[in-house]
Amino acid sequence: MQTRKKYIFLTFLASWLLLFFFGGDQLRRFALFSGRKARARRNWPRWTDRSLLKSFADPEELQRDGDPSLSPRARRAAWLSAYQGSRCRMETCFDFSRCEKHGFKVFTYPRQRGQPVSESYGKILRSIERSRYHTPRPEEACLFILPIDTLDRDHLSGQYVRDVDEKIRGFPLWNGGRNHLIFNLYSGTWPDYSGELGFDTGQAMLARASFDSDSFRPGFDVSIPLFSKEHPQRAGDRGWLYQDSVPPRKKYLLVFKGKRYLTGIGSGTRNALHHIHNGRDIISLTTCKHGKDWEKHKDTRCDQDNADYEKFDYRELLHNSTFCIVPRGRRLGSFRFLEALQAACIPVLLSDGWELPFAEAIDWSRAAVVGSERLLLQIPSAVRCIHPERVLAFQQQTQFLWDAYFSSVDKIVHTTLEIIKDRLTPHRSRSRFLWNALPGGLLVLPDFSTHPGDFPFYYLQHGSSPSEKFTAFIRAVSQAGSLSQPILRLIQAVSGSQYCAQIVVLWSCEKPPPPSGKWPQTAVPLTVIQGRRRLSDRFFPFEAIRTDAVLSLDEHISLSTSEVDFAFVVWRSFPERIVGFPTQSHFWDAEQGRWGYTSRWTNELSIVLTAAAFYHRYYHSLFTEYLPAGLRELVDGLAACEDILMNVLVAAVTKLPPIKVTQRKQHKEAEAQPAACGDGAAGTPPAGQRSPPAPHSAAAKAKGTAGSRRFSQRQDCLHQLADWFGYMPLVSSQLRLDPVLFKDQVSVLRKKYPRLEKP
Amino acid sequence: IMCASAKYNSRGPALIPRMKTKHRIYYITLFSIVLLGLIATGMFQFWPHSIESSSDWTVEKRSVHDVPVVKLPADSPIPERGDLSCRMHTCFDVYRCGFNPKNKIKVYIYSLKKYVDEYGTSVSNTISREYNELLTAISDSEFYTDDVNRACLFVPSIDVLNQNALRIKETAQALAQLSRWDRGTNHLLFNMLPGGPPDYNTALDVPRDRALLAGGGFSTWTYRQGYDVSIPVYSPLSGEVDLPERGPGPRRYFILSSQMALHPEYRLELEALQAENGESVLILDKCTNLSEGVPAVRKRCYKNQVFDYPQVLQESTFCVVLRGARLGQAVLSDVLQAGCVPVIIADSYILPFSEVLDWKRASVVIPEEKMPEMYSILQSIPQRQIEEMQRQARWFWEAYFRSMKAIALATLQIINDRIYPYAAISYEEWNDPPAVKWSSVSNPLFLPLIPPQSQGFTAIVLTYDRVESLFRVITEVSKVPSLSKLLVVWNNQNKNPPEDSLWPKIRVPLKVVRTAENKLSNRFFPYDEIETEAVLAIDDDIIMLTSDELQFGYEVWREFPDRLVGYPGRLHLWDHEMNKWKYESEWTNEVSMVLTGAAFYHKYFNYLYTYKMPGDIKNWVDAHMNCEDIAMNFLVANVTGKSVIKVTPRKKFKCPECTAIDGLSLDQTHMVERSECINKFASVFGTMPLKVVEHRADPVLYKDDFPEKLKSFPNIGSL
Repeated sequence: MQTRKKYIFLTFLASWLLLFFFGGDQLRRFALFSGRKARARRNWPRWTDRSLLKSFADPEELQRDGDPSLSPRARRAAWLSAYQGSRCRMETCFDFSRCEKHGFKVFTYPRQRGQPVSESYGKILRSIERSRYHTPRPEEACLFILPIDTLDRDHLSGQYVRDVDEKIRGFPLWNGGRNHLIFNLYSGTWPDYSGELGFDTGQAMLARASFDSDSFRPGFDVSIPLFSKEHPQRAGDRGWLYQDSVPPRKKYLLVFKGKRYLTGIGSGTRNALHHIHNGRDIISLTTCKHGKDWEKHKDTRCDQDNADYEKFDYRELLHNSTFCIVPRGRRLGSFRFLEALQAACIPVLLSDGWELPFAEAIDWSRAAVVGSERLLLQIPSAVRCIHPERVLAFQQQTQFLWDAYFSSVDKIVHTTLEIIKDRLTPHRSRSRFLWNALPGGLLVLPDFSTHPGDFPFYYLQHGSSPSEKFTAFIRAVSQAGSLSQPILRLIQAVSGSQYCAQIVVLWSCEKPPPPSGKWPQTAVPLTVIQGRRRLSDRFFPFEAIRTDAVLSLDEHISLSTSEVDFAFVVWRSFPERIVGFPTQSHFWDAEQGRWGYTSRWTNELSIVLTAAAFYHRYYHSLFTEYLPAGLRELVDGLAACEDILMNVLVAAVTKLPPIKVTQRKQHKEAEAQPAACGDGAAGTPPAGQRSPPAPHSAAAKAKGTAGSRRFSQRQDCLHQLADWFGYMPLVSSQLRLDPVLFKDQVSVLRKKYPRLEKP
Repeated sequence: IMCASAKYNSRGPALIPRMKTKHRIYYITLFSIVLLGLIATGMFQFWPHSIESSSDWTVEKRSVHDVPVVKLPADSPIPERGDLSCRMHTCFDVYRCGFNPKNKIKVYIYSLKKYVDEYGTSVSNTISREYNELLTAISDSEFYTDDVNRACLFVPSIDVLNQNALRIKETAQALAQLSRWDRGTNHLLFNMLPGGPPDYNTALDVPRDRALLAGGGFSTWTYRQGYDVSIPVYSPLSGEVDLPERGPGPRRYFILSSQMALHPEYRLELEALQAENGESVLILDKCTNLSEGVPAVRKRCYKNQVFDYPQVLQESTFCVVLRGARLGQAVLSDVLQAGCVPVIIADSYILPFSEVLDWKRASVVIPEEKMPEMYSILQSIPQRQIEEMQRQARWFWEAYFRSMKAIALATLQIINDRIYPYAAISYEEWNDPPAVKWSSVSNPLFLPLIPPQSQGFTAIVLTYDRVESLFRVITEVSKVPSLSKLLVVWNNQNKNPPEDSLWPKIRVPLKVVRTAENKLSNRFFPYDEIETEAVLAIDDDIIMLTSDELQFGYEVWREFPDRLVGYPGRLHLWDHEMNKWKYESEWTNEVSMVLTGAAFYHKYFNYLYTYKMPGDIKNWVDAHMNCEDIAMNFLVANVTGKSVIKVTPRKKFKCPECTAIDGLSLDQTHMVERSECINKFASVFGTMPLKVVEHRADPVLYKDDFPEKLKSFPNIGSL
């Protein structure tokens, strides 16, 4: 054994030596040779006289381009007639002047009696009517929506509406279709499924599913996704991604389960899908069984395919695959697209020429693999080669897009409207970045700003940070027309903060505010705004607020400078959330089958009272502009729960809980409710009105009915908000942020916020 | 098929290859490989080497005038006019490009010829300086191939940059006789000045059938979206004039118009603006009384004042770019170069590279009808945004306008992205200026998900030989309700782990992974056994953490799944005397790191640590047997831009009597080493990613005057 080993070792060594001697030389030569070959690559020649070559255009020619004979005005006028129909553009087929006076307002024709619309179209119309752009007056409208159901234009379909042309002619507002938007989901019919709508759309814009790039008029039409009639009106289900894992922990890599067309349009791709099936991580199943006469066209594969087809469940595949093939059907778009998006199954699109939904705004290259029908066989290797991190990013992006733009009819319709609105004022429109980053374009109001640094969401991506100062915004409801003690103390405490830039007092009393001499002297400027007596005013985007951070305060709250300082430093780490002191929480009341609300001591929190809280000033704009007027009216009518609404709004935007920070001690209950201003000002219950869960203390009982009425009001309000949003946006948190050395057994001298611990 | 991607290795260092006793097979295979190698080299030695015959291409010393002449018969075929319905899936032969691991298209350039008609009159200038630069750039790029059979895209050497300089019919004939023309399929033409009087078409008039057109000055009606590429009109001034970048900020003029041949209607509108807003609007025109020899293109005048062009553009915040006879204007390039924000007034114009560039970040587009409102529109843009647009404008020029090379490569990249969409360049790479790329972070876990509690977490204990203490840790950790699995990483190769029967009996699965080498990075390997998102890294001597503290830590992690959530907090400080970073383990009011001796984090960071750690940090840590925790803190902070979260006041972890500062020792060398690590990592990352915060997370009712039994986490230690 030993000798043999030795021999083997020797031969081994010898051969290596040999290889080294001959081969080394050879390798060197080979390297040289290949180097020579590289040099011999026939590159574009370096001409000897290249510096003498003439420029492609004379500088004069470049700078004095043109002959000024054609008047721009005349040219634009000529366009109007030249570019119509399939060549419509906003410049030629849309009347901008209608949108100037009243802004972007949308008018829906009154529904006509005896003209039922399909469920989906009904939802679309309701979405528009729910939108903040809706107007009941045609004379101030910028965009018009027909009452005729144009979703299904397949004339074999039961929902096909006949004689649309004739009906349209009956509308005096039609105006050749100018400034009209027509929704459509299905067009054409067997066998070619062409894009014909079967009526003259004139100069109207089309918002349409399965748009093909040939008939799509860029910058004019809008491509929308195909959605089913079960698609929810609002809110919608959340995406199915619950965890981020790398590598994607899914059973399958790539799946497809669907019909195989044996003949006709779309059969090319569907007929080939079975080729990539490998039975292991790629499952591609087709069935011939569909339509009435499938057996007529049946081929040899059909029986086997049909048998395999039954072995897998579509939903199960959807849940357990990383990629999902979304091929064209008869038409270019399919329900599958949204289903895959929701399931976080990255869509692999095989639908050549499909103008992707909302592609004007959405960057699909971040959420889908746009394959080519012709290169089906490359798909498996292409998706295998996508890095795990990229897969993770894709999956998250599908969820973001689903939730931001597609999960309900409301979102689809509102996205369509926002895209059109952006075209009217290009200089005040969302950049592609804003559309494609969380929380999505619908929650970004270009009228507030188009600069990412002005919003609370983009500091990290933008490489900036929120402003280093805050504005204290105090809502005063003092009764006597003079200043109460609490508000004076509060102004002193807040103005003592090194981070305070200004104090703004919203005077919400009928009596005029005290003259400027009566206000305390502060180191920072103090502005008094005379407010109306509506509660929702406290979240109005006042010009006076100039910092990113707003510290919202009720006048009876008591805070120390340390508390304010610490809370602001914390807010700077979480600028998209509400950071504040007194908190409350919501819970699901299974007994009553509704959302419950509690202001008691709990281990969780989901609402930070805006009686003392930091948040970004953009939320004032969202509150006032984005929320429908109905919700603000609800708050004003109840004269309560504006803070719950604000919390619900922020949670709906961020999907995150608010943050509670250390509070020195439980604030004393405010002695008297500020009743003089009337109930209209009662608003929030006093902060710190948190009683232990033991039966109400005597003091609480004494307060009696007023407290319990407010409590049930807030409970109702929460219920109504959840109903309007279609789900409960509030998210609970189990933590509180304290200073690092809070209540630690170290010398007070070493602590930065010692005053927070004083009893 | 080979992937270009790094393969994700799903097995860890845990696997020690089991040596089989069949040495013989190994040796025999080895031997035969060597033998084969020898034979192969021998073969090479005697193989006749065919040296590529140096064709006319390689002759360096050649003039453009020496190129072969091609005579075009009058009746030679003319291609069809451009097909407006062409799209990539209808007119482009994608099979020529094929699947390749680099995801790069191959571009072939036809050799240069001089075309003459039947009478010997030349069809056009052979080649312009710019087109020669463009072809040189393509030829030097990684897209280039000299093998016509492997090419996916063909670029004719026929120069059609300026339509005015060529004879349309004959140029078309010249195109049609190219060897691979085939109706223009996969051919790419570059044109900057399309159309001619009187109607000035917005696309090249030369019939070109299916060829793709990279054109300057497309209108929305001639541009075939997703097929053509809109390119800028190159300004030769870019090469001649060096305008140093000017910092963003307010400039002398608010609006400036520098174009010379404006239509009187436009000029009237501009003058009306000037009359209304005075000095802040400057409208320049050509100079009428320049002395001899002064190039008119480099001067502009307002009344009697003479300004240098393009320098004057740097004096204004906004610069008007109006359409002329054509939509594309070379002045756009000058304006961007000057860092002036272009105000583009050219209805229906498709902006250069609009398929990938987000022009809203660098320009203001105003419809022609709205020219009178221009001033107020521009006034409404906040200063912060203007400054960013100025930076962005300059960046667009530097990256995509400054040379023919930049224009050529951007065009090819766009086409490349269409053919290999899954390898396409991202929006950020196209649009973010280097400064933004550098300062911004894109969190890989950007979706705000709160992972379901039911998932639980996996505890990973790294151990060497402290079995007794290890067992105590295991017993303690196993009491945490949300623990779903326990993984012991046995880092000692000289000793076997204790027998199965000796391990504590716990309610969750316990796995022991043996490692091949005693490396600290083994703690951060993304083991397949980790099935939860949350990982609790815990040292084998951390016995003081209570079950409540750990469970609470997990709950906090669920609210911040993209952060390190841990118990021992540390801080980095800038040492002004030494001018470098210093490690701090005293009790401070701030934290910037949590030690991974007891910390929750997302499993994804294990993946990043193992495969994406920048520079040589990973090896450095393994070699020094220290600072793996600091490295992890750097990594997570760098990729997410977020701070750590320290949970609960806990400061003692090993024993009640221990000093507060745990770890190897209190001694100076330890601190010095840790400081070294911070400085080393900061230099590798090129920045200090750690974020300092003043808060820690406690349960909502921590230390509140409230019955302990009603608190979710009553047992939170105070030290």
